[in-house]
Amino acid sequence: MKRILIVGGGTGGTILANNLARRLRPEIDGARVSVTMLSASARHMYQPGLLYVAFGKMAPSELYADQKTLLDPVIHFHVDPVESFDLDHNEVKTKGGSVYDYDYLAICTGSRPELVSVPGLMENAHHVYTEDAAVKTAEALRTFEGGRIAIVTGVPHKCPMVPLELTFMMYDYFKDRDLLDKVSFMYTYPIGRIHSLENVAKWAAPEFDRMGVRYETLFNAREVDGVKKCVHSEEGSKVEFDLLIAVPPHKGMEVIEQNKLGTAGWIPTNRATLAMEGRNNVFVLGDTTNLPISKAGSTAHYEAEVLGENLARLVTQGGAMRFYEGKVFCFIEAGKDRATYASFDYKNPPQPRPPSRAIHWFKLAYNRLYWNSVRGLL
Amino acid sequence: MSETRIVDARGSFCPGPLMELIAAMKTATVGDELEVLSTDRGSAEDIPEWIKKVGHTLVSSSEEGGVYHLRVRKAK
Ligand SMILES: Cc1cc2nc3c(=O)[nH]c(=O)nc-3n(C[C@H](O)[C@H](O)[C@H](O)COP(=O)(O)OP(=O)(O)OC[C@H]3O[C@@H](n4cnc5c(N)ncnc54)[C@H](O)[C@@H]3O)c2cc1C
Repeated sequence: MKRILIVGGGTGGTILANNLARRLRPEIDGARVSVTMLSASARHMYQPGLLYVAFGKMAPSELYADQKTLLDPVIHFHVDPVESFDLDHNEVKTKGGSVYDYDYLAICTGSRPELVSVPGLMENAHHVYTEDAAVKTAEALRTFEGGRIAIVTGVPHKCPMVPLELTFMMYDYFKDRDLLDKVSFMYTYPIGRIHSLENVAKWAAPEFDRMGVRYETLFNAREVDGVKKCVHSEEGSKVEFDLLIAVPPHKGMEVIEQNKLGTAGWIPTNRATLAMEGRNNVFVLGDTTNLPISKAGSTAHYEAEVLGENLARLVTQGGAMRFYEGKVFCFIEAGKDRATYASFDYKNPPQPRPPSRAIHWFKLAYNRLYWNSVRGLL
Repeated sequence: MSETRIVDARGSFCPGPLMELIAAMKTATVGDELEVLSTDRGSAEDIPEWIKKVGHTLVSSSEEGGVYHLRVRKAK
């Protein structure tokens, strides 16, 4: 029997597992193949919803589904996080003390915000990267009566569009509250333009100009002074704030670093086959790869489809045939009721179009359709 | 002055090379020279901009076989 083990039950892992269950139905029914998933949580969070929680447009309870209900029943699912990986002997050991061996392993443990890497950020900034933080951001926005808003971004971070979306959505929120004349926005970004994707930066800069949002590029936060209410940059400049909104730098999970699978928790991954560098039966997908592409659910989704097809071939016919071409699709909320999108791959850069209401409504629909998407029904 | 430290960021894409330079600069002392190797054109444009903004010195820059060599002296 060939055993496929998936570590991580988020976007990438869930899509992969259901994809394999569908493709390998006869082999699984005939006990020639098994698919097992180990995860750290019994609940699955729809993370993009956190942005909407911060603006009171989704309730925290709407972000969750019971992971078991998202998985095809043939998948063996255990809530028991992996603590050690022994790739030379094809086995992992869990917190609960169990050992799982495998023929093929897929690692999709995601990433996490690392606020501690910038002193003062944790204590003074609001963000949307956990449920608790998003709820507190909503409260901070609701009770803000005017002043200087600074947006500070660290890289890499989950979802490339969040810094822009937060800015656009805050602008509309304070416009609705008739507060715009009392609010100023200062958007900062670590590289020499206002977004990592060149065409997205070209589209967003005139939008910011029109809205009166000021920006400083090549701004990498060094520390936050909570008493003087300012952020000092590595570059020697300073931004003052009354409300500080951060998009914190991220790392992969600690378990990846502890097991020396990749610096900062990013696993060296082949950009086309998604195999972990130096291994032919270990694959990586989603946020935890070291690939220079967006850490986004859509990235994990497209990767999982490629990997599902390849793994199914590997266990039945012996060779992978599909390559991941770097496909990513990201919506960009351009305010409270307009959105655009960026669709791109390794070879073709995105060409964002003027925002429209229709794209915004499509995104809102996707917020609900996500559960069917990870079930493999879309 | 210590010998030139190499920051090998080949194969990493924007903003990777710039971030590696920033991290390396933090642990360098004034007067140290660092040489960033990068295969990413965007970073080869961003890094001199960053050096100018911070006030370090760009000692030299060249391209050889698709690899950009940017030599920086820490000035403060
Ligand atoms: C505010 C916000 C907005 C976003 N907006 C968008 C958007 O608009 N579009 C988009 O495409 N993406 C968006 N994203 C990003 C998207 O949510 C992630 O990129 C995506 O979830 C990554 O999928 P993944 O499978 O790699 O990791 P995750 O979905 O994070 O899953 C990781 C899984 O690994 C498990 N795990 C962790 N450690 C262990 C362990 N030791 N053993 C076993 N299991 C473990 C976890 O329990 C979890 O189930 C957003 C994210 C945030 C936070």
